[in-house]
Amino acid sequence: MKKFAEAIGDPSPFYLDEGVAKASRYGGLIAPPTFPRTFEYGEVEGLGPPGQGYIHGEHRIRYERPLFVGEELSCYAQVTDYYEKEGREGPLGFLISERVGESPEGERIFTMLDTAVITPAMRESRES
Amino acid sequence: MSFTKPTWNVGDELESCTLPPVTRLQLIKYAGASGDYNPIHTVDEAAEEAGLEGVIAHGMLTAAAMGLPFSSYLEHGYVRGLEVRFSGMVYLGDEITVGGRVSEREESGERCTYTFEVYANNGKNTVASGTVDFLVLEDFSS
Repeated sequence: MKKFAEAIGDPSPFYLDEGVAKASRYGGLIAPPTFPRTFEYGEVEGLGPPGQGYIHGEHRIRYERPLFVGEELSCYAQVTDYYEKEGREGPLGFLISERVGESPEGERIFTMLDTAVITPAMRESRES
Repeated sequence: MSFTKPTWNVGDELESCTLPPVTRLQLIKYAGASGDYNPIHTVDEAAEEAGLEGVIAHGMLTAAAMGLPFSSYLEHGYVRGLEVRFSGMVYLGDEITVGGRVSEREESGERCTYTFEVYANNGKNTVASGTVDFLVLEDFSS
């Protein structure tokens, strides 16, 4: 996570300085809001790896509480919706997937919703 | 920490900030830290094959930039929600400016959730827009 905070250019002591974080209301280091997109959520069959074969259209995340560094998480993903809209070069596909992070006790910590946009050209290369 | 507990009103502008130009090294670092090794973000030939003018920044790097203005206030609360719509490509050398304004404010006891409409632009067009919910928590004394 330290490498991640460095890569996004956010040196907040709540992400990086254990002394500051420990003495704070959080009691320890917390994670930047976009960090959970980097976790493993398992494979959705046929969807392929993130970022390949589709454009990232939207990203949404909602936290029930802050995410703490060092805590154990159980993560899963599911496709929640798919629809098409007519684009200039043919139908555009919109695939909505949900990714969830829970504590080992089953307490939900965050819910992510991502929209993948599949263009006609991408669809052709997938089908070939 | 030097930032005092924030109180905002609907309509207040977030002080906009402009980030240093996007560099290839930054994208390589983000690829490594995030595990997103899609070569359109790091390798010119792969980007050109995909019909792009050059390598583009990861969308999630722009999403992260939209959260940056709130990091100064982490002593008092945290980003509870983030919603980002990507609307344009970010290329090497682009300087991303992030800004926003308060659109909603909801108090609940000693806590208050502020909703900001936020944007990121690269000097030419808006590359992403959306909302950030920042939850200011009750006072804390250690």
